[in-house]
Amino acid sequence: MSKRSNEPIVWSLFGAGGVVVAHTMPVLIFVTGIAVPLGLVSADVLAYERLAGLADGWFGKLFLLVIISLPLWQSAHRIFLSLHDFGITGGETFFRVVFYGAALWGTLLPLFLLVGM
Amino acid sequence: MTSNDKIIEIEVLRYRPEQDEKPFLQSFKVPFTDDQSVLQGVQYIKDYLDGSLSFRWSCRMAICGSCGMMINGVPKLSCKTFLREYYPGKITLEALKHFPIEKDLIIDLSDFINKLESIKPYIIPAAPRTLEQGEYLQTPRQLDRIAQFSSCINCMLCYAACPQYGLKPDYLGPAAITLLHRYNEDNRDAAKAERMQLLNAHEGVWGCTLVGYCSDVCPKDVDPAAAINRNKLNSTMDYFLRFVAPRGGN
Repeated sequence: MSKRSNEPIVWSLFGAGGVVVAHTMPVLIFVTGIAVPLGLVSADVLAYERLAGLADGWFGKLFLLVIISLPLWQSAHRIFLSLHDFGITGGETFFRVVFYGAALWGTLLPLFLLVGM
Repeated sequence: MTSNDKIIEIEVLRYRPEQDEKPFLQSFKVPFTDDQSVLQGVQYIKDYLDGSLSFRWSCRMAICGSCGMMINGVPKLSCKTFLREYYPGKITLEALKHFPIEKDLIIDLSDFINKLESIKPYIIPAAPRTLEQGEYLQTPRQLDRIAQFSSCINCMLCYAACPQYGLKPDYLGPAAITLLHRYNEDNRDAAKAERMQLLNAHEGVWGCTLVGYCSDVCPKDVDPAAAINRNKLNSTMDYFLRFVAPRGGN
């Protein structure tokens, strides 16, 4: 009964991802999905050069890494738990590798690209 | 029974282990008035229609936590639920989900009792006070931290609601974790480190997937889901801080 679970590792990434999603996604959806297409904001806001400029500084790199990586951990852990809620109890190791692996890939790839920019 | 009484159909899941191979539904026609609870409905069945029907009850006013059952598939206290809410439809009563049936609507609650005992649901002070030293003091603010979680009456509706408890019977479960939280957060208690070991386990707080139905069904408006999630944070702090703080961050 008292063997310590390792879930705090993914749960803390999941929790941080939830906070990031809650605070940034509504704004990002508004800007990219509503404001720019409806012409409320100039399309220049999303111009490639302007956005790529974000990755010039270390603060921008960190911001991009955070909003790309953490929501992936949030989704991966939520999907993994939902499988259990739906009664799919077998193959836990397989699903862990698939979902957490995807989130890890979605963390390491942008990290590699951002550091190299 | 007067001529003004309405008649409602109550289906009860019967199971008498000495004579039935498996549970079956038995239907009764029960006269009722608008002020009668579902518990009074089953009491009518026992008194006038079938004296062998078995169920637990005591206080009739949502304090003792004995009369929980599945009412049309939802875990509820039968004393706090009224027949009029279901009329003219019928009511189906079953023993609380996820527990073994002992007889009819009576469940075997030993698993819950064992879990409740395991969390040590009482104040364990750092140093016991003598009579001369007087009572253990607590400010209103300190009481506020635990008041909402101390309203649990051990009725087990949250266990019947929790899909994770149904899937993993080892899971400590909503009420036990809520009461564990209630004692861990009590300023007069000093046994947090000991109780954290139960929380930190896979069968502890990590058995929860935040479905939240436990808090919906609680008849005392306790919020077990909140207690569990606060302790996911506590357990996470404990997990990482044990590397920097000598006593696991407690």
